[in-house]
Amino acid sequence: MSSKRAIEITVNEKRYEGLVEPRISLADFLRDQLGLTGTHLGCEQGICGSCTVLFNGETVRSCLLLAVQANGAAILTVEGLAAKAQIGDRLHPIQQGFLETLGFQCGFCTPGFLMTLYEFLNENPSPSEDEIRERLSGNLCRCTGYQNIVAAALWAAERLRAKSDR
Amino acid sequence: MPLLNLRLTKPKILVDLNGISSLDSIRETSGGLSIGAMTRQSRVERSSLVRERCPILAEAIRYIGHVAIRHRGTIGGSLVHADPAAELPAVALALDAKFEVARDGRDRVIPAAEFFIDYLTSALAPDEILREIVFPMVRPSSGYALEEVTRRHGDFAIAGVVAIVDLDEAAKIADVRVALFGVASTSVRARKLERALMGQEPNEHVFRDAAALLDDVLDPPGDIHASTAYRKHAAAVLTARALHRAVQVCHDRRL
Repeated sequence: MSSKRAIEITVNEKRYEGLVEPRISLADFLRDQLGLTGTHLGCEQGICGSCTVLFNGETVRSCLLLAVQANGAAILTVEGLAAKAQIGDRLHPIQQGFLETLGFQCGFCTPGFLMTLYEFLNENPSPSEDEIRERLSGNLCRCTGYQNIVAAALWAAERLRAKSDR
Repeated sequence: MPLLNLRLTKPKILVDLNGISSLDSIRETSGGLSIGAMTRQSRVERSSLVRERCPILAEAIRYIGHVAIRHRGTIGGSLVHADPAAELPAVALALDAKFEVARDGRDRVIPAAEFFIDYLTSALAPDEILREIVFPMVRPSSGYALEEVTRRHGDFAIAGVVAIVDLDEAAKIADVRVALFGVASTSVRARKLERALMGQEPNEHVFRDAAALLDDVLDPPGDIHASTAYRKHAAAVLTARALHRAVQVCHDRRL
């Protein structure tokens, strides 16, 4: 068995140093070693999008990266999302949107959708429904039929725009 | 990584090329646009140099997977993986790109026409790595288009085509390149169709007649996603459509 490697990684603005086996995926590292089980593993082949996290500000599939490849990187997981909202909000507006519009049922895929939308709405604060649907095509949901997820994205986009106007 | 996760491959040693920053580059060179093998797809997609000099490449990348995939996926990774239903091998074939390959200090150059051997098989030897791909520039007067059929946005193509067309002063076809994907064990150039189109006036009849020539040449596989007959039909329809759109782009770029 290969020996462990030292890595230093910032997750949700907290710095971790530790030893990892080279074969461990970033997703397994986040879940098993850091206990951040909000990142969900669905397909483990990059199709379903449930394990989406931000890696140095860009969405990535955490199942398709090894933890050792994240050495030195800054990761944002769903656990760190609420802290990105402005003070006074319990949830990030994107999370609130899913709550308001019933954008989830079983909730398995939700963390991936939230992280995908976090990047997308930063890039495009006023998306059309078609643009939302195209961007969300990389995340699979087997419950909702997507209608309410799209509604959640529109709700969140509006709320975020209202916040930035203030 | 999916191959590792699914335990389809169990390498004893895995070498991560991400540490070699010189493989991450987009440069204008005498041969065209040289792109390092480890350059992220999303970087190429957003590059103003690529959009200006080789817009079909930026266009094709939009069809690869999804944003989160393109943030990590590399140009070289996609080409060496040699999936017959992928977009980039077809672009490389259509443009006659050159693959600069390194082995223990000794380099060689493999033309695109010789790079894709079979399903998921490139001409790279086990001890070689792809260093850089040189895409000849698309002439500013040329038009280009990519058309594909997929089950969902971002999926691998059931059938697809890349077309690049240039017109002469009399608005006749002076240069045409057509590469198909998803319809054989590798991407394929439609040489017979290209020859038939040279010197022709670009109109719907000509495109449809030329696309009909694919019938003799193509024998696509049938699978759970589409039958052989469907793929053949789709390839012809998409080819006529891509040629039409490429000529439109040609006119637009001349205005």
